[in-house]
Amino acid sequence: MRWIWIDKFIEFTSQQSATAIKNVSLAEEHLHDLYPAFPIVPHSLIVEGMAQTAGILVGEARNFAEKVILAKIGRATFHRLVRPGDTITFTAKIDQLSEQGASITGTVTVGADLVADIEMMFSHIDQNLAGLEFPEHNFVFTEQFTELLKTYRIDSKVKI
Amino acid sequence: MATLTHDEIFKKVQDVLVDTLAVDADEVTANAVIKDDLGAESIDFLDIGFRLDKVFGIKIGMDKMMPNLASDANFAQNGRITPAGVEELKKRLPYSDFTEFEKDPTIDNMSKLFTVNTIVRFVEGKMQAA
Repeated sequence: MRWIWIDKFIEFTSQQSATAIKNVSLAEEHLHDLYPAFPIVPHSLIVEGMAQTAGILVGEARNFAEKVILAKIGRATFHRLVRPGDTITFTAKIDQLSEQGASITGTVTVGADLVADIEMMFSHIDQNLAGLEFPEHNFVFTEQFTELLKTYRIDSKVKI
Repeated sequence: MATLTHDEIFKKVQDVLVDTLAVDADEVTANAVIKDDLGAESIDFLDIGFRLDKVFGIKIGMDKMMPNLASDANFAQNGRITPAGVEELKKRLPYSDFTEFEKDPTIDNMSKLFTVNTIVRFVEGKMQAA
């Protein structure tokens, strides 16, 4: 399976905010590990979905020129569980953006229910970790992630 | 923003450090070393910078306060800060005490120069200039 925890962007305002959804399916194998008789989406993967939503927002803010990595989770508070059949909505807002990185406030919902509040920070690693060498190519934003944004942008224009 | 006193600035900086580093207020003393005593890691400095900008309403520029000398061969070689590097640090941190650092000016020891007071003085300077 692929390490992609969001299915689609439903809103994207460059350098400001982004909203993505993920449809949770009973067919997802890993859900049955936690817990065998009561599958739920682990909190860690909810954080990952938020990180992917916010990371693409932060990356796009500088045209994917920077290698953006999740560096710090300041706070993550969970209010309810997420179950198969739910559609998770991840909304990320940029609080601050600089050459070195960005801070984000995130909200996770299922319908009208608040699932989680998350604060996270991203680092532009080429600008921060002097002395450490990273591959020159942007290994963070592979086609898998950039395709999500392309699909959002052409979604309204292409009818099949 | 109206001019803040030294104590008011100290209190705001203390609150930022308590929130960012999850430490108690009584650990955030004037001479506490941000890295060694309060447990800050490199990403925390970015977080502190963002929060200071928000709290004080002006661009504090933490990245200017803490120069990244490691990447410049004029200032740092083989893990040690050169005399030119020490001079550069003194320019950027006019309120820090360099006596101990100059005895063993390594990159690792640089962190000892950044105390709570360093941040407070830096913010004071920026607010006066604003």
